[in-house]
Amino acid sequence: MAIPKVTGIETEYGISGPGMADFNPVLASSLLINSYAGTLRRIRWDYEQESPLRDARGYEPVQERQPVEEDLGLANVILPNGARYYVDHAHPEYSTPECASPRGLVAHDKAGERILERSLEAARQLLPPDQHLAIYKNNTDGKGNSYGCHENYLVDRATPFSRIVRDLTPFLVTRQIFTGAGKIGSESPRDEARHVSYQLSQRTDFFEAEVGLETTLKRPIINTRDEPHADPEKYRRLHVIIGDANMCEVATFLKVGTTALVLKMVEDDFVPDLSLESPVGTLHEVSWDVSCRRTVRLRDGRRLRALELQWEYLDLAKKWVKESEPTGENGEVLQWWEAILSGIEEDPLTLHRELDWVAKLRLLEGYRARDDLDWRSPKLAMIDLQYHDVRRNRGLYYRLAEAGQVERLVADAEIDQAVGEPPEDTRAFFRGSCIRRYPNSIAAASWDSIIFDTGAEALQRVPTREPLKGTREHVESLLAASESAADLIAALQR
Amino acid sequence: MGALPQEQEQKRTQKKGGGSGEAGQAEATEKAEKLKEEMDDILDEIDSVLEENAEEFVKSYVQKGGE
Repeated sequence: MAIPKVTGIETEYGISGPGMADFNPVLASSLLINSYAGTLRRIRWDYEQESPLRDARGYEPVQERQPVEEDLGLANVILPNGARYYVDHAHPEYSTPECASPRGLVAHDKAGERILERSLEAARQLLPPDQHLAIYKNNTDGKGNSYGCHENYLVDRATPFSRIVRDLTPFLVTRQIFTGAGKIGSESPRDEARHVSYQLSQRTDFFEAEVGLETTLKRPIINTRDEPHADPEKYRRLHVIIGDANMCEVATFLKVGTTALVLKMVEDDFVPDLSLESPVGTLHEVSWDVSCRRTVRLRDGRRLRALELQWEYLDLAKKWVKESEPTGENGEVLQWWEAILSGIEEDPLTLHRELDWVAKLRLLEGYRARDDLDWRSPKLAMIDLQYHDVRRNRGLYYRLAEAGQVERLVADAEIDQAVGEPPEDTRAFFRGSCIRRYPNSIAAASWDSIIFDTGAEALQRVPTREPLKGTREHVESLLAASESAADLIAALQR
Repeated sequence: MGALPQEQEQKRTQKKGGGSGEAGQAEATEKAEKLKEEMDDILDEIDSVLEENAEEFVKSYVQKGGE
């Protein structure tokens, strides 16, 4: 049965130290995060996933354990807005707190960019004057190395995984017509890729399998990682690794909003078999076709344009929303979805205010026309990269936004608020509020737990295994009545 | 919905008013010129912030490890 879609986005940012001879991305990422986090660094990430001794009253005593990642000195912090900010291999990674609406997630995804921007400022104070760092919210270095932007969706455990694979694959293969962030050329080993001058997606070239556990090699369209970070009997966390990191708010909103709706339809067994004949090959071909006119072949023999397949999903979603969940929030997703598909139908280039791949293509074409540039020009490659620079005075997306050339969905004030405060409608509210109120009494935390050190003999773990519990509505008065963490624990044990 | 693309609106009016005849023609030319001016302004703005040593910059941007 369709369950609420608690969602989050994890973004690995590209990092470089232009002109720094001995640049080390791991240390640079750590410096960036630590200089932003300050004293919050003290709170550890709790890697203990299982809590077999879960107490019915909602807490359990735990033994102190040795830190793991901290031994390497790598930053890994939990922020007062409920987010996780850490070094993942050689990148700074920002995982938004759990959000219960696509609009809320847009604000928190953007808040991540602001936090990276502020981190750059903070790190600049610590670096010699001739050295600086640069951060890009993109997914490739253009040399065959990709890094991810992963979405997470709470899914009913009772839904057969095979059904998710069948019904979500054709959707993910074709949604790139509006989720793509655009890139020059191709990094695919396929022969046809040599003729690609510009494509819709940054990530698509790196996908080689239909289903699997990998995220760095032989990447699959559907990832099978099964780490629910919630009650595993009830929930699955679907880890979608195929998306591009978006700058455009409309693109992020649609990426998450449409995927969440499709997953709800899958849970309600509402989607007919739209399986593609060859999902991986089709995925590449859709990305390489900026006209959005080429057809793809379905297993039932039909040939449709990617756009037509999206229209089928939209029609189903309209019907499902009407019958099952006629909310204003769903209505907004449907309206944008339809507006964007209509725009692509008419001429994709009309969507330069809404979609990253179009906004970037328009810039590149403008330069090509004015300066008579070849697609291999380094200047164009620079535009492709700098479009994603998170500094608002340098990033080209932000220069467009400043000039009023981009459609906005959330106000700057909402984004600033999301930098410091958690969403109110998920357990992230409890996590973030505890970090803010009792920073010195928390030893560690994770998505599904907070470990308090109140000075008592044992540490106390409070599990948070229900993503929709611990909202402002649930815990605000409890927190207000708890002067200290010890008060909070006592109240929880009562 | 608060902010449906204004362009939808624009496109519709454009289609309505953009018939044949001299008036339509002049309107279309004017519109094209306005778009070009707008694009020129954007490119000037981008020129002012674009990293200068593009070739070296892009070459040295290498990302290894992740996910």
